[in-house]
Amino acid sequence: MPMTAIAGREVHVDDEGFLTVYGEWDDDLAEQLAAQIGIELTEAHWKAINFLREDYRRQGETPTLRRVSVVGGIPTKTLFTLFPKKPAKKMAYIAGLPKPHGCV
Amino acid sequence: MRRLLVLGAGTAGTMVVNKLRRRLSRAEWDITVVDRSDRHYYQPGYLFLPFGRYSAEQVHEPTGRHIRDGVTLLHGAIDRVVADQNVVVLTDGRRLPYDYLVIATGVEPRPDQTEGMADGGEWRRSIFDFYTYDGAQALAGALSEFEAGRLVVHVVDMPIKCPVAPLEFAFLADAWLRDRGLRDRVDLVYATPLPGAFTKPVATARLQSMLDERKIIVEPDFLVERVEGRKLVSYDEREIAFDLLVTVPLNMGAEYLARSGLGNELNLVPVDPHTLLTKAYPNIFALGDANDIPASKAGSVAHFSVEVFTGNFLQHVDGRPMTGSFDGHANCFVESGRGKALLIDFNYDTEPLTGRYPIPGIGPFHLLEETEANHWGKLAFRWMYWNVLLPGRPMPLPAHMSMAGKHRPDTEE
Repeated sequence: MPMTAIAGREVHVDDEGFLTVYGEWDDDLAEQLAAQIGIELTEAHWKAINFLREDYRRQGETPTLRRVSVVGGIPTKTLFTLFPKKPAKKMAYIAGLPKPHGCV
Repeated sequence: MRRLLVLGAGTAGTMVVNKLRRRLSRAEWDITVVDRSDRHYYQPGYLFLPFGRYSAEQVHEPTGRHIRDGVTLLHGAIDRVVADQNVVVLTDGRRLPYDYLVIATGVEPRPDQTEGMADGGEWRRSIFDFYTYDGAQALAGALSEFEAGRLVVHVVDMPIKCPVAPLEFAFLADAWLRDRGLRDRVDLVYATPLPGAFTKPVATARLQSMLDERKIIVEPDFLVERVEGRKLVSYDEREIAFDLLVTVPLNMGAEYLARSGLGNELNLVPVDPHTLLTKAYPNIFALGDANDIPASKAGSVAHFSVEVFTGNFLQHVDGRPMTGSFDGHANCFVESGRGKALLIDFNYDTEPLTGRYPIPGIGPFHLLEETEANHWGKLAFRWMYWNVLLPGRPMPLPAHMSMAGKHRPDTEE
């Protein structure tokens, strides 16, 4: 598994840059990851990121947009505004979670 | 007497009761299966109904004909599962106690979940689905009158039953329009919430080039928010106008699962992906489309997982650990039009690859390649379904995926 340096330390990532070790993530890293895809994190962004982190910890899987909306209570429309074009992928990237697998 | 209760006599439920009836002693075990319909539908046949390739009579048979002697088949709708009391309540008030429960009630299309789809005045006028018996037949009527304009093939959200079926529909529609000399008068669009034609890279590249060859325009990352008249509008305000929309509505598990507190946000039942035992109860399994495993919702997945489940169940009810582990194996023929089809074979860890798929006696079939043999394989499967698969007879296919014949992406020239 490749390593890369973000925010001054080495972290494990997959070939698309998604973090692969849950515990290597923290708030500083999230800010850096967001900046890399042109997003400045606001309180609204953090609400979504925190839901993703918490849901993954309990379920062992990156939640889908529908789950963030139904269970996390953040409307899909809002997610598209906060994380334009590819919200599911961008949220997972910033939250340091595996890319959501669009179920085959 | 120990009691096994199975909810749903579809592909998974029928296979389970037929296989287990042979393996569980009749003196010790009562097996009951409940279904709301008295017809068993051959769902892969729905794809062919709109093009008049199958007649309506060819895709269903009486449910009871395919249930073995010694299994009780009940006709009824489920109100709820009271898991803490080990009882299922039907809407007519009947109470069915169980020792072990298998949930196999699948998923169903829910056009009511997208604003303006079912209630915008265009449903079954210019908007159709082909994942239901009625829908596929209504679409046959609409297609026969369609001569020009924009035909949009559309998926609301994943997961769906048979994720390749909308692509197959697009390929077949292209061929069908060509055969009628109408293709030049029709724009064919494929709108998907996925970033491309499919989820995995090798198959996506192959399927994308097949769409390009047929001048089918792909609209990726399109997550529909609402339907306005004859227009799809996405969450990021992109619009796709249509004259004829063939959509795959949101697929959800049965509502009784939500009422029973057993489903997730799509009413799918969370299970261990290798044993299919529910995470919440040690005497409830969920098989086929009804569970939340990250695999295709497809008959082949139901089949391969039931093979593994059967052995596991016998161990589990004996108080022994389950030693079988389902690997997410799926195997699908992809109809591509003009009498050809592709074959894909994959599991949780291995994406669909190119190469050959060996089957003793008849194979090999070519993987991810359009051949006539694959098309005949697809058509022959209908006979296999009724006569081999449902009765639970052995199929010449291993339950676990094999790498034999497959090209690994890193070893291809």
